Amino acid sequence: MNVHEFQAKQLFAQFGVPVPRGREITSPEAATAWASELNTPVFVVKAQIHAGGRGKAGGVKITKDKGAVAGIAQELIGKTLITHQTGPKGRKVHRLLLEEGANIAKELYLSILVDRDTGWPTFIASTEGGMEIEEVAEKTPEKIIKEAIDPAVGFQGHNGRNVAFALGLQTMEPAVINPFVQMLGNLYRLFMEKHAALVEINPLIITKEKTLVALDGKVSFDDNGVFKHDDVQKMRDLNEEDPLEIEATANSLNYVKLDGNIGCMVNGAGLAMATMDVIKLAGSEPANFLDVGGGATKDTVAAGFRILLKDPNVKGIFINIFGGIVRCERIAHGVIEAAKEVKITVPLVVRLQGTNADEGRKLLAESGLKLEVANDLWEAAQKIVKLTGKAA
Amino acid sequence: MSILVNKNTRVVVQGITGKEGSFHATQCKAYGTKMVAGVTPGKAGQEVEGIPVFNTVADAVKKTDCDTSLIFVPPPFCADAILEAADAGVKLIICITEGIPVNDMVKVKRALHGRDVRLIGPNCPGVITVDEAKIGIMPGFIHKRGVVGVVSRSGTLTYEAVHQLSTLGLGETTCVGIGGDPVNGTGFVDVLPLFEKDSETQAVVMIGEIGGDAEEKAAEYIKKHVKKPVISFIAGITAPPGRRMGHAGAIISGGKGTATEKMKALEAAGVRVVKNPAEIGQAVKAALGR
Repeated sequence: MNVHEFQAKQLFAQFGVPVPRGREITSPEAATAWASELNTPVFVVKAQIHAGGRGKAGGVKITKDKGAVAGIAQELIGKTLITHQTGPKGRKVHRLLLEEGANIAKELYLSILVDRDTGWPTFIASTEGGMEIEEVAEKTPEKIIKEAIDPAVGFQGHNGRNVAFALGLQTMEPAVINPFVQMLGNLYRLFMEKHAALVEINPLIITKEKTLVALDGKVSFDDNGVFKHDDVQKMRDLNEEDPLEIEATANSLNYVKLDGNIGCMVNGAGLAMATMDVIKLAGSEPANFLDVGGGATKDTVAAGFRILLKDPNVKGIFINIFGGIVRCERIAHGVIEAAKEVKITVPLVVRLQGTNADEGRKLLAESGLKLEVANDLWEAAQKIVKLTGKAA
Repeated sequence: MSILVNKNTRVVVQGITGKEGSFHATQCKAYGTKMVAGVTPGKAGQEVEGIPVFNTVADAVKKTDCDTSLIFVPPPFCADAILEAADAGVKLIICITEGIPVNDMVKVKRALHGRDVRLIGPNCPGVITVDEAKIGIMPGFIHKRGVVGVVSRSGTLTYEAVHQLSTLGLGETTCVGIGGDPVNGTGFVDVLPLFEKDSETQAVVMIGEIGGDAEEKAAEYIKKHVKKPVISFIAGITAPPGRRMGHAGAIISGGKGTATEKMKALEAAGVRVVKNPAEIGQAVKAALGR
């Protein structure tokens, strides 16, 4: 789960990581009011969307004129920003962060995440602040500093000093070494206590006043850990999520919308990905990833149908179930009942395999529903692609 | 021969009185697995399908000599359950539970490091040695005793591969689900040497998916140490970057961990990489010259 920059900065402040004074703004009036209170030489107005690249897309404005802030807010709220991370449709701006500007002397990069290789939380730092870290890692890997934290004892001072001296803070600005070490300790606490998946500060700046400030901030949370934190759950912004994905989550389905035109419904994440792959091999493109999970019932299948059919791109549906513990005749009943409830207007191919597959196929064949039944994966994929036509 | 589990393996089920736990304990027992104990705190003295229930894993070990644990405990309490099994002296812990917070697993993995215990999973279908022991949630009947070892990050996709192997008459020795989470107990590189050493296993099917670099690591290992034919499928070539595909582990970020990269690494190591998941069985057959 992702949150906005202003929310990330609220968490930073809560954990003792210095951030610019700022506030979430949703109207020009509120912008004027907060600008007066903020009373700073430079105002920064930042569009709050869950995507990077906002600056280049015109989503970040800087002004010295207090009177101009309301106009900027007016312009940005409701505007659609298109960045390299939003896709061509862009993302509508609903809220802004209005904060004080800073005197930048030096920009750094800092993040923490779990290194899957070691299973240890690991800081990543670089002197190349403000750049895309993937680009830095590819072009100048020697500029990437990594420091793994032993989860048995947690963050230690030497972890912070290792990063500080590797960055060269002693020559850059010795006054910030101790605050930097302390900041890493605080970020580690935030990361572990809040079950974050990623905490990233880019850029982390050294100001001309010799202080450290998190000028930008990104925090994403482990979906499996969010249930432990009411405050984090409240940060979810449904404006930033696909409506179909929200509906899927409400029905305990795992759905990701894609751009193709064959809707698929599968039990199990791995098989669901493999089904997408096989649709492509057969000459078309999947419209989605949809995992109905191990306990697929009539209700989950019906919810799955409703979600798939709401996507106007879907020209055909492919149901692929490998019955293990879930018995295929139950799935067949589910499909039949759900198809009665939800009007299926596109071709449907159902592939059942595993426990009681024969019974399930027989039920479907005798149901009078307009659908094709298949035994194996490749046969099924070819059938649905044939019925819907190849991708343009 | 086989790997990890066999007909002598003695299993304790943690969370045996829950809906999932009791159902699968019964299924495993019906398959012929030695299900000797269950654990649910506060429910000692009860029985589930004739399996005695204990309050703690330590009690279960003392009374029944169980050496392997199968875990169905819900996510918030699961890290505790794994550590309890390890502390009680269980040597193999198979954790089925899906949805354990990553940071919980970070601590568990660290705590188990260097100890004489193996964790399989979490978020996995378990381990089966065909006709000897089914310790997990896989449908037993799709398996047929044969010559192929299977190791996989996925559940139902593994069943798909197994079904093909059985239908073609090749059959399996042991099938190991290592799970779809980013931090897990056992990786491909831990299972591959066991199959390489096992006299009955003639070929290995390795099913990977996008995210992380477990497949790349496996490729390095295979290149150096594995003589037996390895056949591999990697799910998720059509998955868009930056999105989580069901499994917490199945996410590509920053251009790393793509299916294409993994396939390339495996092919370079001499692995037969199958692009179409419907052709896994046929590829094994061809590799074995049958």
